[in-house]
Amino acid sequence: MRRVMLTAAVGLFAAGPAMAEGTVGLSVSTLNNPFFVTLSEGAQQTADALGIELVVVDAQDSVSKQVSDIEDLVTREVDVLIVNPTDSDAVVPAVRGAIDAGIPVVAVDRGVNNVDLAYFVVSDNIAGGVLAGTYICEQIGFEGNVVELEGIPGVSATRDRGAGFNQAIEETCPDVEVVARQTANFNRAEGLSVMENILVAQPEIDALFAHNDEMALGALQAVASSGRDILVVGFDATDDAVGAVEECTMGATVAQQPDQLGAQAVEIASEVIADGPPGQQVDVFVGLRLVTSDACE
Amino acid sequence: MSQGPSEKHSASAGGTQSHLDWGNLLAKFGLVLALLALIAVLSILSDRFFSLNNFINILRQISINAIIAFGMTVVIIGRGIDLSVGSLVALAGVVGASIAVLGVPERGLDPTFMQMAYPWLAIGAMLLIGILLGLWNGVFVAYAGIAPFIVTLAGLTMFRGGALAYTEGRPISGMPEVMYQIGNGEILWLPIPIWIMLVFLCGSYFLLRHTSLGRSIYAIGGNEEAARLSGIPVRRVKLFTYAFCGFAASLAAIILTSRVNSGQPSAGVAFELDAIAAVVVGGTSLFGGRGGVFGTLIGALIIGVINNGMNLLDVPSFYQQIVKGGVILTALLIERLVAKRH
Repeated sequence: MRRVMLTAAVGLFAAGPAMAEGTVGLSVSTLNNPFFVTLSEGAQQTADALGIELVVVDAQDSVSKQVSDIEDLVTREVDVLIVNPTDSDAVVPAVRGAIDAGIPVVAVDRGVNNVDLAYFVVSDNIAGGVLAGTYICEQIGFEGNVVELEGIPGVSATRDRGAGFNQAIEETCPDVEVVARQTANFNRAEGLSVMENILVAQPEIDALFAHNDEMALGALQAVASSGRDILVVGFDATDDAVGAVEECTMGATVAQQPDQLGAQAVEIASEVIADGPPGQQVDVFVGLRLVTSDACE
Repeated sequence: MSQGPSEKHSASAGGTQSHLDWGNLLAKFGLVLALLALIAVLSILSDRFFSLNNFINILRQISINAIIAFGMTVVIIGRGIDLSVGSLVALAGVVGASIAVLGVPERGLDPTFMQMAYPWLAIGAMLLIGILLGLWNGVFVAYAGIAPFIVTLAGLTMFRGGALAYTEGRPISGMPEVMYQIGNGEILWLPIPIWIMLVFLCGSYFLLRHTSLGRSIYAIGGNEEAARLSGIPVRRVKLFTYAFCGFAASLAAIILTSRVNSGQPSAGVAFELDAIAAVVVGGTSLFGGRGGVFGTLIGALIIGVINNGMNLLDVPSFYQQIVKGGVILTALLIERLVAKRH
């Protein structure tokens, strides 16, 4: 598998993609999460700029609805299908159907297991996890107890962010112990209730890493009402989270660039329309950065 | 609901179906008309809509909801409700998937005899789970006399919890070929889920219209006390309706597990609402005693056609939900008007 590293989407933009006319379908996992709203807005803006017709369908986090959505896009005979899976296994039959119908598939943010896609556009989640882990180590003085709130089990974002975070903890501050590791399914309400339970169970917590901001913000509510002082680090840099970082309630958030993910995916789709898909799957990595506030402490 | 005594009579006595039931006919005819009108409008609006491929696509998409809704129809005709079907789909699905994965041969090898048996074992287990959990609901409704809404609401929570506990929240993936084929394969140019739906439709229709058990269900839904006095074993019949609905949900779970190639503990959220929507749009009264599975099929089709059409027309998803709700309301309003006139 050829791996292409792109640290900034701006590079590709400036390179001037081939102007292509066509229809691109985007099946997004949910528009009930600001991250994916920003992603599809990024996709829409790029599509408008390139003169491509973009059809966005929202699976509302339901695997069965996403299967239907993809089938509808295939029926509509889109030129390229961009899929942001709700689950990396569950979309396999539908994505295979699209490929069988001769439609090249670009996955964005989450991959599709055991299927040869044209492209996979993804944030470098491992690197992001390392960023978060290293930051937490430094902030709590290389020792103490941390909590990890995991995303939807089995999706690549959960695996990679967790892997990067734990790798950073092991390498940078082996004296830090991960005292609780639970899933809150990337969901704010679950982040709140799971963290409430963890707060009851764990008397000593110095920091918390959540695999996304929604869970981090939920957990932040639980931490705030417990009155304890815990450093919260999230992932995604949604508007709410960046606001919380600026207000110094949240420590940091790893900025994925959802608008860039969407923009890149459409960008690549337009190349596929013009030049055809590559011979084998190409992974495209979109860079990350840590958002902190110097004004705090 | 205005239910004329003549209607109750024809439902409970069964043998009088040759009498033309104008209200029912109008309701059914109106529904089909609404569906045809919808298809006509969408065909004009979208050039991709009117094609054999898309109709097969729609039928396959609605198969899961329709199958659950057939089971739901039987429960609702008996004046009950089953809110637990979505969670039941998840629980049966993950247990089935966990058995089916045992049948995946090692890379490069052909499956052994035992491995070939596992997918069938999984299917059997799923159907059994469906029936048992349906009986569980039914016992509390029929014998403990607790309101169906509450019993099955408890089931909704418990079965979902069971599915999450069984899998520790993680999906079970990697189905063997046989399992994959059920949801994704074809027999005689039609996808297998459509065949399952059609066979189950005929089975449900036969049950409701041509067996004394079916007539008992209508009678209980129409007037439970009268049914009891006329010697119908009300409790046993009620128990049966919930087991039947559980069976339907597990049938849907088999298809869904195959369609998404994995057992998903979070699958099936809000399926009960989709099923109830198909039932009521299809003209079955939520107050029991009136309706049927063909109406439900039309109801599921109307909802499926709207979903498909709005996707093809690129209607933003938030508006899709508003339209879907609006259609359900409109259908109920029409049903109400027809019932009043009758």
